[in-house]
Amino acid sequence: MQFSRQKNMEEELNADPFITCKKCNRRSRKSQWVSHYYACPVCGKLKNVSASYRLSIIFDKGSIRIQDQNITSQDPLNFPGYKEKLQATREKTGLSESAVTATGKIGGQKVMCIILDSRFFMGSMSDAVGEKVTRGIEYATKHHLPLIIFAASGGARMQEGIFSLMQMAKTSDAVEEYSRNSGLYISVLTHPTTGGVTASFATLADITLAEPGALIGFAGPRVIEQTIGKKLPAGFQKSEYLYQHGFVDQIVPRENLRETLKSLLRLHGMKVKEA
Amino acid sequence: MIRNILEQTDKVDAKLAVLSKSAKKHTIMLTRSALSSNDSDDEKASSPEDISALLEEERKEILHLKGLKNDLLEQCRDLTPADRVVLARLSNRPHITDFIDALFTDFFEQKGDHLYDEDPSIYGGIALFHGIPVTVLGHRKGSTVEENMACRFGMPCPEGYRKAMRLMGQAEKFGRPIITFIDTPGAYPGMEAEEHGQGEAIARSLAFMSHLSVPVISVVTGEGNSGGALALSVCNRMLMLENAVYSVLSPEGFASILWKDSSRHEEACALMKLTAADLYENGIVDEVIPEPRGGAQTDPVSVYRSIEDTIARHLKPLLKMSPKEITADRHKKFRKL
Repeated sequence: MQFSRQKNMEEELNADPFITCKKCNRRSRKSQWVSHYYACPVCGKLKNVSASYRLSIIFDKGSIRIQDQNITSQDPLNFPGYKEKLQATREKTGLSESAVTATGKIGGQKVMCIILDSRFFMGSMSDAVGEKVTRGIEYATKHHLPLIIFAASGGARMQEGIFSLMQMAKTSDAVEEYSRNSGLYISVLTHPTTGGVTASFATLADITLAEPGALIGFAGPRVIEQTIGKKLPAGFQKSEYLYQHGFVDQIVPRENLRETLKSLLRLHGMKVKEA
Repeated sequence: MIRNILEQTDKVDAKLAVLSKSAKKHTIMLTRSALSSNDSDDEKASSPEDISALLEEERKEILHLKGLKNDLLEQCRDLTPADRVVLARLSNRPHITDFIDALFTDFFEQKGDHLYDEDPSIYGGIALFHGIPVTVLGHRKGSTVEENMACRFGMPCPEGYRKAMRLMGQAEKFGRPIITFIDTPGAYPGMEAEEHGQGEAIARSLAFMSHLSVPVISVVTGEGNSGGALALSVCNRMLMLENAVYSVLSPEGFASILWKDSSRHEEACALMKLTAADLYENGIVDEVIPEPRGGAQTDPVSVYRSIEDTIARHLKPLLKMSPKEITADRHKKFRKL
């Protein structure tokens, strides 16, 4: 009798396990995190989420079409241990690369969406990421679709050296071409957006949004502290700091994101249904 | 290895300079004594024979030292990537100001981004190249300590990149080709730089350069690291000096990110494929410009001539293209990477 009750409790726990917040260290039930869009139910700190989760909260149900899943990193420098690490990360995340590109509908309006998933090599820019992002932007240009990019990146993929760097030029070129064809580009900066991604497509949008509390910058805080020889002030390079310094239009909490995007699409003359 | 050789050649060079000076003095003394046959009131009163023996000695020593120097430079035949990083960063390696003096005429310097500030780490203006008006700009590290500090050793702030865009925008307006010289440890990682949008400034420069309708030729002359270097090198033709390096990050930064240990930078150099030969092989660099043995600083004049010839050769076909073809040509170069 007692045994079966214990078993029931275990099942209940497994179905709704606890997740500990990295900031406040408090544990909350997964169901509570989900209802808060993966913001800590206690302190509000956002948890990094997967690309598929992001797609699910902004797009109409059943409208998502993933593209270019077969593009993967080629290990151009033959970097020791890189191939193995790639394989292990693929198995762990179920992703082929950190960039996920897809079309989907928001209130019936088709859009092109590119998401960097920070679980894959910290969303770093590899040859394959640059290629997928570029193809996504080119698709949006060709089909006159609005473009939404969720950036999250530690910067360049070191293991791909100069080939990683060149993706900055390639993707920026694609954004410029898209922009000259009157495309609407909305960039959503999420935690963390740094290095080569900040210094290329992520900061070239018409509308730049940021999630609360995200680290956004070019150089990492550690490098800056080493260079200037002093501690950085609290909140430096956070979304709110960039907002104050004039590089972000609005900071948007996750639960408001879909509505904000709908409103922006409408403001650019597109038909967007209420539901 | 290379540091050792350079130290020794420096010593030989110093000795050579002293010897040449004294040999010159003795030659003059000899000529004078030949001209005035009677004993002069020279207090040293060395006989012409003495001087001539001395001179002979000095000439022998000079020949010997020159041979020694050549032997030392011969050892620079097989340089490791780490050696080239050392050469690329040498403070006496020719810099942008030297290149502009040597390759261009009528240089008119333009300053400031005309938005907020002047950043001396980006140096540029309008000049004539073989009689053609061009916009020339690039990273400036500075040659004296004061210049080094003012230019943050060639690490630009956002204002620098915005200044570069201003200059390049004018080049496009007036149909001038653009020539950029790349030599930077990277964009400056400082607090104000971040507050003023370092990432945004670099991104804008990349997007802006990608669609320029005038020819852009970039010459990597020293070290070209990270987005800070790429921001001025979205070009139609990328040329690179033999001992210059170009990479995603400094080898120290690379080692620090991958292995949390910046002291492993030599190991990083070997893996990064950052030399001119590697980049040529990978299709990123269009032509490697040879340097004299031991590096550009050993004979800068020959380097100026090689760069000048190479730029002229690459510019010629580009000048014949239409603005649309120029943009398409550049797009093609980067799209395939």
